[in-house]
Amino acid sequence: MDKNEVVLEVKNLSIDIPVSQGVLHAVDKVNLHVDRGEILCVVGESGCGKSLTSLAIMGLLPKNAQRSAEMLELKQEDLQKLTERQLSDIRGNRMAMIFQEPMTSLNPSFTIENQLLEPLFRHRGLSKHDARSLVIEMLELVGIKPAEPRLRQYPHQLSGGLRQRVMIAMSLLCNPDLIIADEPTTALDVTIQAQILELMMGLREKFKTGILFITHDMGVVANIADRVAVMYAGQIVEEGPVAEIFDNPAHPYTRGLMSCIPVPGKVDRDSALGTIPGMVPSIVNEFQSCRFAGRWDENYEENFTPCNLTEVSTEKRSFKVNSNKNHLVHFCCDQCLDQSQHTLTEGRWLCRTQ
Amino acid sequence: MIVYTIKRIFVAFLILLVVSGLTFSLSHLSADPALTIAGEQASDEDIEAVRKLYGFDKPVVEQYFNWLSSALQGDLGKSYHYKAPVVEMISGRIGTTMTLGFLAILFALVVSIPLGTIAAMRPNSIIDRFALLLAVFGQALPTFWFALMMIILFGVWLRWLPISGNTSWAHFVMPTIALGYYATPALMRLTRAGMIEVLSSDYIRTAKAKGLLPVSVLFKHALRNAIIPVVALAAVWFGFMLGGSIVIETIFNLKGIGWLSYDALLRSDLPVVQAIVLIFASFYVILTLFADLLNAYLDPRISVR
Repeated sequence: MDKNEVVLEVKNLSIDIPVSQGVLHAVDKVNLHVDRGEILCVVGESGCGKSLTSLAIMGLLPKNAQRSAEMLELKQEDLQKLTERQLSDIRGNRMAMIFQEPMTSLNPSFTIENQLLEPLFRHRGLSKHDARSLVIEMLELVGIKPAEPRLRQYPHQLSGGLRQRVMIAMSLLCNPDLIIADEPTTALDVTIQAQILELMMGLREKFKTGILFITHDMGVVANIADRVAVMYAGQIVEEGPVAEIFDNPAHPYTRGLMSCIPVPGKVDRDSALGTIPGMVPSIVNEFQSCRFAGRWDENYEENFTPCNLTEVSTEKRSFKVNSNKNHLVHFCCDQCLDQSQHTLTEGRWLCRTQ
Repeated sequence: MIVYTIKRIFVAFLILLVVSGLTFSLSHLSADPALTIAGEQASDEDIEAVRKLYGFDKPVVEQYFNWLSSALQGDLGKSYHYKAPVVEMISGRIGTTMTLGFLAILFALVVSIPLGTIAAMRPNSIIDRFALLLAVFGQALPTFWFALMMIILFGVWLRWLPISGNTSWAHFVMPTIALGYYATPALMRLTRAGMIEVLSSDYIRTAKAKGLLPVSVLFKHALRNAIIPVVALAAVWFGFMLGGSIVIETIFNLKGIGWLSYDALLRSDLPVVQAIVLIFASFYVILTLFADLLNAYLDPRISVR
C-alpha cells in the first residue's frame, strides 16, 4: 500500500445548529484524515456528532446546520471552495456514501437497475448497454448472484441485507477515492452484518478505497478498523491504531466504552457490564467546562492503568500516548489541560473534582 | 399486478351494482312518479292508467330488474317530459360535461402541482404563504359566487369572454376556472404535504449522495412519490368536477348533462335523473379504479399489499 497517500483531510471541522435555546455546537473542531486503502472507524454514542461529521464531508448537512472548517480536502481538492454544482459532480463519483437504513435508502418507486444506472449516466456518461454490464458486474462483486434478475426488482422485493449490498454496489460504481459508511450494518442482523463487513474489507483490498466507517459498535470496530477515532459530545477525544486503542485506551471515555464490551471468557457471566455514569452534557451555546465532568467511574483510581502522556507541541490540548505519535488523546478543557500530563499518570484528573 | 387489476375491477363492478340499486330505490321513494306525469288535475283513473302504462304497479324489485336489464342493454328508458330516449339526450350532452370536467381538473393540476412543489421546497417562505392564501380563498369561495364575480368582471365589464353557451373554446374558459379553482386548494395542499415529507426521506438523501442534479432529485425521485396520493385525490375530484358541473353548467348555460340533470329534477323526469346519477356514479367508480391502477403503477408496493 502506498504509504500515507491521504484521501481525506479534515481540520477543525465545526458544525453549529441554531436551536430554540441558542446554538448547538454539535461538532467541535474535529480533525481526521483517511488514507488510501485505509478504514478509519469513527466510534461514539448516538448524538455525539459522528453522522453530522459524515454529512458535512459530503456537503449534505440539513439546511439549518452551519459548517465551518479550516481544511476539508478530498485528494488535495478543497471541498469548501466548490459550488453546489461542482460538489454534486464529486458526490457519488469520487466520494460515495452508504447509509444506515437500507430499508428506506432506496427509492421505492424505481427498479434496482434504474437506481444503479443513475450515477453512471450522471458521472460517466456511459451508454445504457455499457452501464448495464458494469452494474451487473458490480452487483456480482458484492455477492448478488445472479445479478440480472435482480435488476428488474423493486427495493421492497429485496431483503435488508440485499438492499445494503445494492447500496454498497451503488457506492462503488464510479470507483470512488472515499466511501463514507454511516452505520451500514446497524440495521442488519448479526450474521448479515458479518457478511457485509467482510465484503467491505474485501472491497477495500481490491479497490484501495479509503473508508470512513461510522459506528457505535466496538465489536465492528475491532473487526474492520485500521485506525479508530473516538468521538464524544462533538469532539474526537482519542484516536489511534485499532490495537493501541483497544490495548491502551487513555481517555476515560474510551476506557468507559471498553468496559461496556462483553468479552466471552473474560467477563464473568454474572458480573454486570460496565457503564458510564451520568449524562452527556448539553452542548448548547458556549460550553467552557469539562464535557466529561461528573461521568467518572467510582473505582476509576483503583482500576487505573497509568499511561505516559507527552504534549504534541503544535496542537494545544493534544497528547501522545506512550510516545506513540499515532495514538493521540485530546482534552476538551483548560482544566484538564493544566493538569493532564501528571494527573493522568497518577490516576487523577482535575476535572473530576468539579 | 394482473391479479390486483382483476380484483379491483371485480370490486368496482360490485360497487356499481349496489349504486344502481340505491339510485333506483331512492328516486322511487322520493315521489309518486305517476302523479307527476299525470299532472295535478288528473283523476284517479288517469293516474292509475299512467301507473299501468309505465309499470309502476309492479313490485319495486321487478321494476328494478327490468330497468337494470334494459340499462345493461344500453336502454335507459324514455324521458317523461321530452319523450325522447334518455341515452340520446345524454350522449348528445355528455361531451360538453366531459370537456368541462377534464379542463377543470387539468387546470387544477397544472396550478396545484407546481405551486405545491415550490411551496414545499421553501416551507413558510413568501411563496408558501401566497400559495396558502390562494388555497384558503379557493376553499372559502362558493363556486357560484366566484363564477358570478368572473362573469361580472370578464364578461360584463371587460367583455373579454362570452358568458353563456358552449359554441367555442372561449366559452369554456370561465367555467373551467370557476370549477377547477375549487379543486385546486386540496390538491395543492396535498402536493405540498407529500413533497415536504418525501424531501426529508432517506432515499432523497441517497439521490443527492449519488450526485444527481437538483432537477432530477426533485422531479424524478421526489415528485413521483409525493404525487401518489394526489393522483387518487385528483381522480375523485374529477368525478366531483363532473357532478359539480350542475351548478356551473346552469350558471354559464353550458348544455351538458349537469344542466340536463337540473332541468330533469325540476320536471321530476325520473328516467333522466336516474340515468344521470348512475352515469356520475359510474364515473366515480371507474375513476377510482383508474386511480388505484395508476397508483399501483407509480408505487409498485401497492399491488403487493
